[in-house]
Amino acid sequence: MAEKTSASSFSLDSGKYEIQKTSKVGQVLVYIGLAIWTFVNLFPIYWMFTFSLKDNKEIFGENVAGLPKHWLWSNYTRALNTGHMLVYFKNSIIVAVATILITLIAALMATYAITRLTWKGSKAMNGFFMLGLTIPIHASIVPIYVQLSKMHMLNSYWALIVPYAAFSLAMAILICTGFMGDIPKDLDEAARIDGCGIWGIFFKIIVPLMRPALATIGIYTFLQCWNELMFANIFNSKDELKTLPVGIQALSGQYTTDWGPIGAALVVATFPTLLVYVFLSKKIQESFIAGAVKG
Amino acid sequence: MKKKVTNGLNVFAFLLPALLLFVGVLIAPIILSGYYSFFDWNGFGAKTFIGISNYKELFTSNAIGFLKALRNSLLLAFLSVFIQLPMSLGLALILGRNIKGERGFLSVYFMPVLISTVVIGQLWLKIYNPSYGILNVTLTKLGLESLTRTWLGTKETALWACFVPTLWQYVGYHMLLLYAGVKSVSPELREAAKIDGATNGQINRYIVIPGIKPIIRVSVIFAITGSLKSFDLIYVLTNGGPLHATEVPSTLMINMLFLRNRYGMGSTIAVMLIILCFAFALLINKIFKEDK
Repeated sequence: MAEKTSASSFSLDSGKYEIQKTSKVGQVLVYIGLAIWTFVNLFPIYWMFTFSLKDNKEIFGENVAGLPKHWLWSNYTRALNTGHMLVYFKNSIIVAVATILITLIAALMATYAITRLTWKGSKAMNGFFMLGLTIPIHASIVPIYVQLSKMHMLNSYWALIVPYAAFSLAMAILICTGFMGDIPKDLDEAARIDGCGIWGIFFKIIVPLMRPALATIGIYTFLQCWNELMFANIFNSKDELKTLPVGIQALSGQYTTDWGPIGAALVVATFPTLLVYVFLSKKIQESFIAGAVKG
Repeated sequence: MKKKVTNGLNVFAFLLPALLLFVGVLIAPIILSGYYSFFDWNGFGAKTFIGISNYKELFTSNAIGFLKALRNSLLLAFLSVFIQLPMSLGLALILGRNIKGERGFLSVYFMPVLISTVVIGQLWLKIYNPSYGILNVTLTKLGLESLTRTWLGTKETALWACFVPTLWQYVGYHMLLLYAGVKSVSPELREAAKIDGATNGQINRYIVIPGIKPIIRVSVIFAITGSLKSFDLIYVLTNGGPLHATEVPSTLMINMLFLRNRYGMGSTIAVMLIILCFAFALLINKIFKEDK
């Protein structure tokens, strides 16, 4: 941004030569700005990792921002066992995996019907599903809560999986539509001539070719349910069914004055995502772009 | 080959799973929420029809404080659009110019988006901690003890203290979207402008920014509706306190439902949120269309 202002202030009547000179200074300013923002981004994460390995004495005075003097791994065992983080972690995985599977199946089938089958109203149906992009989850919280409690389904994995899948659907269909459009329709025709029915075309041709889309949708959906708080907080109140975000809230209430185990819990919840990000940064970024830019 | 209309039953079979989920979890509940909002109801007993009394109370009662909550979330929206988005746009323009280390910077700036808001909230609770938090400790060490505050516990600073982590988390998100746009601006156009003697500033202003307007529109819509819906971070940091200084419609709604058992009123707030989100999305679309 620094560069932008310096360039535009010279842009009116200064010659080319001068601009090049100022843009050298500008270049340095740009890198200083970028470096500061890098520090701002990384420092809280670094601090989280370090205080998860310290005791209160270090955190509260002796060694606030440095690397831990004694690596206190017991913070982690405390968070995982007495803090139940292991259970919360397992719950989050179960909910995320089931949600992704349901979302993928429903989105693939619906997108196939909307974009490859010929029928009246396929456009309108697409518009109908796209409404889901703007509907906030608040919209359904009361009716779903009431319905779940009537059916005695509060405090179950399904109480989260079904709503998560439903709210992921619009984005999944949007992403699927983009990818499915890239598969040539001639393939469908060729398969039909070979005697394939529409179910055969779907399973033998479309689904295998949609693999890149599945990864994109999977990543996006995973992050949505891994991090969701409002539904998880209200629909599942039993300790053995809590997901990570709710579990962390519970744990921080339990260890109010003891920061080490809280830090460890935060790291446990964040570590898998960041680890995957290190290896798949481009794919993950693409999945966010795919959703927003086409919308 | 001539296209043949597919058998309706097959179409329906393919749509069935998605329709069940979508209608069951999104569409029917919206209608039900609208219906509940006309009742006085504790969630379990009998419902009493009271017409639009909930709406009237929502907008007139100081005890509920909906207007204050709405003002807070609109302030967050304003800050997002006028502080966060310009930062994101600036970063996207800089990184989109093929500078050295582009991918690395991009990946670091996007990282906070992936971290759970609860984790970020807990982390910032620690940063803001009045006695041991890194913010006050640093200020004290720099000899600026007079600036130290109970950041989240003081009415004047609490909402700002809630905004900073949002900024920290989402600058990278909008930056990524805008960066994708900047990258899609044709390099030939850029080169041509450069040969004609345009500065980077001019290229950005007359070529890149007009070219990425559709994405800026999406970003503005996301920033505003996101602020209206904001819940997680506020719930973790202050839960609406101190003295409702950081109350937003979502915290108010949860409060109505699960502390006061006012399901009718909770539904009313939910309906208002849906209406506001759609209204703002339409408004922003209109503004961007007229601008063309």
